[in-house]
Amino acid sequence: MTDVAPPTTKKDWSSDQEVRWCPGCGDYSILTAVQMLMPELNVRRENTVFVSGIGCSSRFPYYMNTYGMHSIHGRAPAIATGLAVARPDLDVWVITGDGDGLSIGGNHLIHALRRNVNLTILLFNNQIYGLTKGQYSPTSEVGKVTKSTPFGSVDWPFNPLSLALGAEATFVARTHDLDRKHMMETFRRAHEHKGAAFVEIFQNCNVFNDGAFEQITAKDNRSHMLIPLEHGRPIRFGPDGEKGVALDGQGRAAIVNVADVGEDALVVHDEKRPEPGLAFMLTRLSHGPYEPTPIGVFRAVERPTYGDQIQRQLLDAQSRSGPGDLAKLLSSGSTWEV
Amino acid sequence: MTVGGNSLTDTAEHPLQTLDRVVIRFAGDSGDGMQLTGDRFTSVSALFGNDLSTLPDYPAEIRAPAGTLAGVSAFQVSIADHDILTPGDAPNVLVAMNPAALKANLKDLLSGGTILVNVDAFDERNLVKAGYEANPLTDDSLAGYTVYEVPMTSLTLEAAKPTGAKPRDAERSKNFFALGLVSWMYTRPVEDTLQWIAARFAKTPTVAESNALAFKAGYNFGETAELFDSAYEVKPTHFDPGTYTNISGNTAIAWGLVAAGQLANLPVFLGSYPITPASDILHELSKHKNFGVRTMQAEDEIAGVGAALGAAFGGHLGVTTTSGPGVVLKSETIGLAVSMELPLVIIDIQRGGPSTGLPTKTEQADLLLAVYGRHGESPLPVVAAKTPSDCFFAAIEAVRIAVKYRTPVILLSDGYLANGTEPWRLPAVEDLPEISAPFTTEPNGTDAAGNPVYLPFLRDPETLARPWAVPGTPGLEHRIGGLEKSDPTGNISYDPANHEHMVRTRAAKVAGIAKDIPPVEVDDQEGAELLVLGWGSTYGSIGAAVAAARAGGRKVAQAHLTHLSPFPANLGEVLSRYRRVIVPEMNLGQLSRMVRAEFLVDARAVSKVQGQPFKASEIQAAIDEALESLQSEARA
Repeated sequence: MTDVAPPTTKKDWSSDQEVRWCPGCGDYSILTAVQMLMPELNVRRENTVFVSGIGCSSRFPYYMNTYGMHSIHGRAPAIATGLAVARPDLDVWVITGDGDGLSIGGNHLIHALRRNVNLTILLFNNQIYGLTKGQYSPTSEVGKVTKSTPFGSVDWPFNPLSLALGAEATFVARTHDLDRKHMMETFRRAHEHKGAAFVEIFQNCNVFNDGAFEQITAKDNRSHMLIPLEHGRPIRFGPDGEKGVALDGQGRAAIVNVADVGEDALVVHDEKRPEPGLAFMLTRLSHGPYEPTPIGVFRAVERPTYGDQIQRQLLDAQSRSGPGDLAKLLSSGSTWEV
Repeated sequence: MTVGGNSLTDTAEHPLQTLDRVVIRFAGDSGDGMQLTGDRFTSVSALFGNDLSTLPDYPAEIRAPAGTLAGVSAFQVSIADHDILTPGDAPNVLVAMNPAALKANLKDLLSGGTILVNVDAFDERNLVKAGYEANPLTDDSLAGYTVYEVPMTSLTLEAAKPTGAKPRDAERSKNFFALGLVSWMYTRPVEDTLQWIAARFAKTPTVAESNALAFKAGYNFGETAELFDSAYEVKPTHFDPGTYTNISGNTAIAWGLVAAGQLANLPVFLGSYPITPASDILHELSKHKNFGVRTMQAEDEIAGVGAALGAAFGGHLGVTTTSGPGVVLKSETIGLAVSMELPLVIIDIQRGGPSTGLPTKTEQADLLLAVYGRHGESPLPVVAAKTPSDCFFAAIEAVRIAVKYRTPVILLSDGYLANGTEPWRLPAVEDLPEISAPFTTEPNGTDAAGNPVYLPFLRDPETLARPWAVPGTPGLEHRIGGLEKSDPTGNISYDPANHEHMVRTRAAKVAGIAKDIPPVEVDDQEGAELLVLGWGSTYGSIGAAVAAARAGGRKVAQAHLTHLSPFPANLGEVLSRYRRVIVPEMNLGQLSRMVRAEFLVDARAVSKVQGQPFKASEIQAAIDEALESLQSEARA
């Protein structure tokens, strides 16, 4: 019997707390997208939990009228793992940012992904530390001048999707804060995925890193600069689809003019490829938000979830040895009578 | 007597001397199987009915260079016909499998004690490796001891010949030869060990056979070699009737957690990262999935406690196990649990520090870390186990407090308790304490408009515990976190007065637990002016020292703490009854500092930080010294 959740509206999913992000912050549109999506997912508020770390984006749970935990810096994937394993009946979302998820909490993120814990992870990437007032982050570009790098950052940045694919995440996608429809569609896909779903969201910090993604996400630039990935379709972009992605003679993914190579030469996107190699190559097409950049679902493959496997071992143990008997346990070593 | 088809000579032909207690130390290379040998001797002695206490002592390296002092691994066991509290100050018998084992352990041996050496290992090369300039077996340096030189390696090789095993493999059975010999010397039953060998090595029949043959050869050697004047017997102890098992502290903690989960009707969730000497709890709990116990080997210490806290938010009994270095890494998450007021049990099997310190050795230097080691005003209850079997009850007590008061609790054990064993009379399951952990399922307040709402920080007026509503409960959706919470909504609040109110309330909640724990009991003696106060694993050594001091006509009182935070309500009054308080602890004076600060008493630390438990004689000396100083003060 399928459980049908009572119908809800966006309002039902909004808490009574005043939203305290800076006016104009990209976080608002992400919040709206999630709050608008929830009524469409046939889920119940009481079975939904948002877990976050620390940072601007991590205030998110306070604005959702669900169960929630605003935890400590970087640890949300670890805490959410415990919750998801203990309570497979829950719908657990992780809200994190580029500093929280890729710097202080990088370890927990990659391990949650490799284990395929049943989590929907939204990483708000604004390429800056906002809450601590403007230091460079692990996704900031080389040369970035910030308060902590007055002569420019010398750190090579992470590409979050390359990292996720390196950890063999089973679901990897990217969207951006200026396109609510694309966000909702991407979040819906992530939520439907059984296992760890990782979504990078390009998010504008209008105070400390304004316009970081403008060259690719502004309305007028999108058709030239965003490469939409659609499963089963040749990868094409440009106002008239005149550009595409093909493999060059050395097996590298490259941007080509369709007229030069012909449509048959284009890569047909297959998010279900078992090997993450081609998806990884797609994440490497762009070196920053100033080059044509793929968005959408890069990878969506099935693998048993961590929680299901743990649950399976518990059930197997119970059917093998029966439910636990404490007296039997205490006398399970060698015993003697006096 | 015939065992397993091979005859064993009957010890009855030898004269038998009766001892009330013997302390034996098996020592050899880390690869010689000394822990296994000691463990086996312990098990048969337990089954035989002796009281016993053990002290494994091994290096951090898995296989340090063979033959060197650094690689010596030892296992001390004391067996007695009466109730004993410690594994003994000094061994009566040392089994030394090579020169390094002799050199490393000789200083501890009782003067006039017995040494059994594997003489085959005393060649030039091994003597040099151990740093001997002359062979101690021939240079008269062991004149004060009774030395038995036994060619254990060659006799083992000879015995194992029928198996066809290569000499290099057969030689590894020599620990069973030693076990057989000592089993003969102390008239231990053999059948159980032979069965155990067959079962343990069932997958490698040649090894099983060669171990069994070596064991029998060792046993028969004792009887026939005409080397030994007599065998010894240590009669069974008088125990209270019941079913007994021999248990280590780590196993007792694991079982205590399983029991607590059953008593509280909460599924156990362990998030843990491997660390010496705590890993065995993870190993043991991983076996008990049929109790619904979930274990997760996390990517690091922080994830271990994080996952446990996440599970606690979901209504599970969240537990993490570690040692000192891990506690430090977990501190921030423990602080989050203090702030969010969720039940969580953190188990610290203390080892020598700071830093990596002495991973395999014992210490009690994490007490201040446990009580105070977080940023901000972050009080939490701390419970300490005092013996290996007490670890079972201490784990249940830690869970009881955590669940009842919605607070993280730190349970302190240490390397000595973790690996040490003692006979334990199994408790009746129905006698175990009840743990009540009701979840809140209904709204507990109304909003301004009069609608029912859930107020996550509306406390029980008696315990000050907040309600525990878990995800999945309709209508009680709420958010908690590390930011300061408004009382009672849990919403973010930066209000100055609210913060002070919440800080004080959290502290009052923990302090109030004093009303819910038993008063400290004093083992008093009429006219005693000196109190020996202890906590944790020093219980055995202190008890033995106090008994010895009283036997010598001295007046001493003893008290031992299980609850270190908060202290039992009567502790201040108890301390004030004595002119002098001494506190033996394996640190530089942590409990003594706490009671001085709390009660303004002249408590004096008796410190030992050598990675080894106190000898009773060391504490006895401290008692004598304290009594003398009291006398000389009285004279002055």
